[in-house]
Amino acid sequence: MTPTPQRRPALAVPALTALALALGACGSGDGGAASGAPVAGGTLTFAVGSDAGCVDPQQVGSNDTIYSTRQLVDSLTDQDPATGKIVPWLATSFEVNKAATEFTFHLRPGVTFSDGSPLTAQVVKDNFDAVPKLGARAVLSTQYLAGYAGTDVVDEHTARVRFKQPNAQFLQASSTFSLGLVSSASTRRTPEQRCTQGVAGSGPFTLASYVPNQAITLAKRKGYGWGSSLWKKTGEAYLDRLVFKIVPESGVRTGSLQSGQVDAIGSVGRADEAALKGAGVRLLSRANPGLVFNVGLNNSRPLFRDPNVRRAILAAIDRRQIADTVFPTGTRPATSVLAHTTPGYADLGTLLAADRARAAALLDGAGWKPGPDGIRAKDGAKLSFAVSWAPVAATNQPALELVQQQLKAVGVQVELKQIQVAQLTRLQQSGDYDALFGNLTRADPDILRGTFSTKGANTYKLAPSALDGLLDRQAATLDADERAGYVKQAQETLVRDAYVAPVVELQTELGVAKKVHDLDFEASSRVQLHDTWIG
Amino acid sequence: MRRYVIRRVAQAVGVLWAAYTVVFLVLDYLPGDPVAAMAGQGDQTAVDPAQLDRLRARYGFDKPVLVQYLDYLGRAVRGDFGDSVATGRPVTGMLAAAVPQTLQVTVAGMALAVLFGGGLAVLATYTRRRWLRSLLLSLPPLGVSVPVFWTGLLLVELFSFRLHVFPAFGDDGPRGLVLPAVALAILPGAMIAQVLAKSLLDTLDEPYAQTARAKGAGRARVHLRHALRNAALPALTVAGVLVGQLMANSVVIETVFSRNGVGRLTASAVTAQDIPVVQGVVVFAALVFVLVNLAVDLVYPLLDPRIAGAAAR
Repeated sequence: MTPTPQRRPALAVPALTALALALGACGSGDGGAASGAPVAGGTLTFAVGSDAGCVDPQQVGSNDTIYSTRQLVDSLTDQDPATGKIVPWLATSFEVNKAATEFTFHLRPGVTFSDGSPLTAQVVKDNFDAVPKLGARAVLSTQYLAGYAGTDVVDEHTARVRFKQPNAQFLQASSTFSLGLVSSASTRRTPEQRCTQGVAGSGPFTLASYVPNQAITLAKRKGYGWGSSLWKKTGEAYLDRLVFKIVPESGVRTGSLQSGQVDAIGSVGRADEAALKGAGVRLLSRANPGLVFNVGLNNSRPLFRDPNVRRAILAAIDRRQIADTVFPTGTRPATSVLAHTTPGYADLGTLLAADRARAAALLDGAGWKPGPDGIRAKDGAKLSFAVSWAPVAATNQPALELVQQQLKAVGVQVELKQIQVAQLTRLQQSGDYDALFGNLTRADPDILRGTFSTKGANTYKLAPSALDGLLDRQAATLDADERAGYVKQAQETLVRDAYVAPVVELQTELGVAKKVHDLDFEASSRVQLHDTWIG
Repeated sequence: MRRYVIRRVAQAVGVLWAAYTVVFLVLDYLPGDPVAAMAGQGDQTAVDPAQLDRLRARYGFDKPVLVQYLDYLGRAVRGDFGDSVATGRPVTGMLAAAVPQTLQVTVAGMALAVLFGGGLAVLATYTRRRWLRSLLLSLPPLGVSVPVFWTGLLLVELFSFRLHVFPAFGDDGPRGLVLPAVALAILPGAMIAQVLAKSLLDTLDEPYAQTARAKGAGRARVHLRHALRNAALPALTVAGVLVGQLMANSVVIETVFSRNGVGRLTASAVTAQDIPVVQGVVVFAALVFVLVNLAVDLVYPLLDPRIAGAAAR
């Protein structure tokens, strides 16, 4: 059968059930399903582009390393990629108090870590107590536990996690690899030891060897029997070994997959697609939930204090053209500040349609008149700003060059300023930028609070407004409908007032050999390899 | 001879110190820092500034530049380059793991370069067929001008992806060494061929070569015994330059062939602005460069006694 890299999702239906509305887009369906019953055994070789220098899931953040380290640990809960719902994994059940400050997990008995120690409520406490001390590398896990007040060991298999403020996002966070549990002994090691020597998790695979910049090898955990409630297979994984080879050159990754030297590769680009399809490789893709790629405007700059200038920028960007020219096939133009795979996403596509005439009218109204060189000016100053970007994805530069052209067409001059990854954080903190380009993956709408609340990081220097209240309220309720309502209003505010200019969704694309089956995306668009088999 | 050796060693130490200092100043001048690089991970994640400051203090980045410099230099002299900021591993250990990988491929590459570059020069100057000579002599300029990145990818495409003769990854035992070594050998091989062919032609016109021929030595004997030995001197001189180029090209080759060597270490450390690792790598590269040149300088007088005589004056 022909590979179907991206099935069109059903249209978003107004909140029927849970938060998640249009989560159906995962094209990960098993393209080669017809080939009979799964077989156990074998080795899967997976080529990834980079090595973060660390194999501790609580400390890593790059996709290339998450593919492997995710398999080492189990999480308290799992998140259904189709609905966004949080379901049991190591916790057979869980409750949240009304204020969303206390989360009680009832642990599954009989779970052991790879060092032999059992999973108890004390282990949960040890893990969460240790995370805030992991340091700057553990950006994700420390963020998820922001406002952590402590964990009570209610009984041997019941743990209650408490927060100082309402923290609804923690339930989804408990399903991520970042808060995947490691043994108590592992929590007592230094962050560096955990990075280089690994941790003892309870996951379906254990770390067999780690050679930095070369390979991460995992072996099947014998006797594993506590998988997520979402998995198809119970008990041990099918595959005996997983070898993650670090292959930095994208042409070599593509060629190795075509020639059968590896079974799967990460970070497939648009340019590689044709060759891979010709070689009979399946392409799997899914949009990453969270903040879409956006031109984040510095709202404290005088130029961007005028909402109509911001709105004109949003209207001038032709998202469809950028998605179709630069990004992998099937990539969606942004239809909100959140990607459509994020629970609570609201389709605001009509507000984000490209409309050059409207952009021009808005700028005219704001007093910016076209100058002799086509660039608008007001009181002698040109309508010009710089977008700072780091070369973390190959698509960044061509995407921004299109944005630059599209804005030029309405008389806005954009200067592209390439910076090093190392400079990004500092620039963000200093606030000394006009605009930043980037995205942020997170399968929970609380990412909006983390980014835009003026009580938090406030990356884009917004002024305090009613938006803060909306973001606080969504953090204080776990009632799906109620929360989705606040999240929708927040998205509408962000798009209508144009605090950032959403561009396209980030789509993770993998190339997988035909003989590999059931390699599936989880809710954050990373992979789950317990159910995967070769045959 | 002793003074010659002492002077050369002192120069070598001076070069090492200069290399270390220049790298330190350049890295200090760059905007951004390794701690932010580690925490930033490329997206718009917000990081607690206080946490970053704590980490900076731990690595000593909050101290004045001069204090940092003296501190690092003092430890570097003892062979301790500190811990990598990105991975937390000791730099010396990271280098120790990477060096054998690079050594394998560069030594194999150099051996191939000497073998084929030397062979080509000898054959081109020995043959009486004009067309063969000009054909052979046209190869080195070609070899010097193709980028190593391109040859590497071409070799992988052909011998690995199409013909399935060799693996695409360089860490697959001796078979994995073949393609990277060949790709790496082309540039130094071409340079050796150029220099050696030129000096062989010059040497064959020298009076002593004519004398040897007049005394009845065969063509092959004159070519290989008399001329080659003398013609090898200029080729030896470029050896130092070649080693430098091999190391520079190993950055590219190790990326193309996914080998975990010093070149890859350099590339990733530079992107992450991992100051301790970059310093370790630079000092290591300078050390190799200095040692090779020192060896050349010390071997030279053995081959050509006139040099030591001149130095001893």
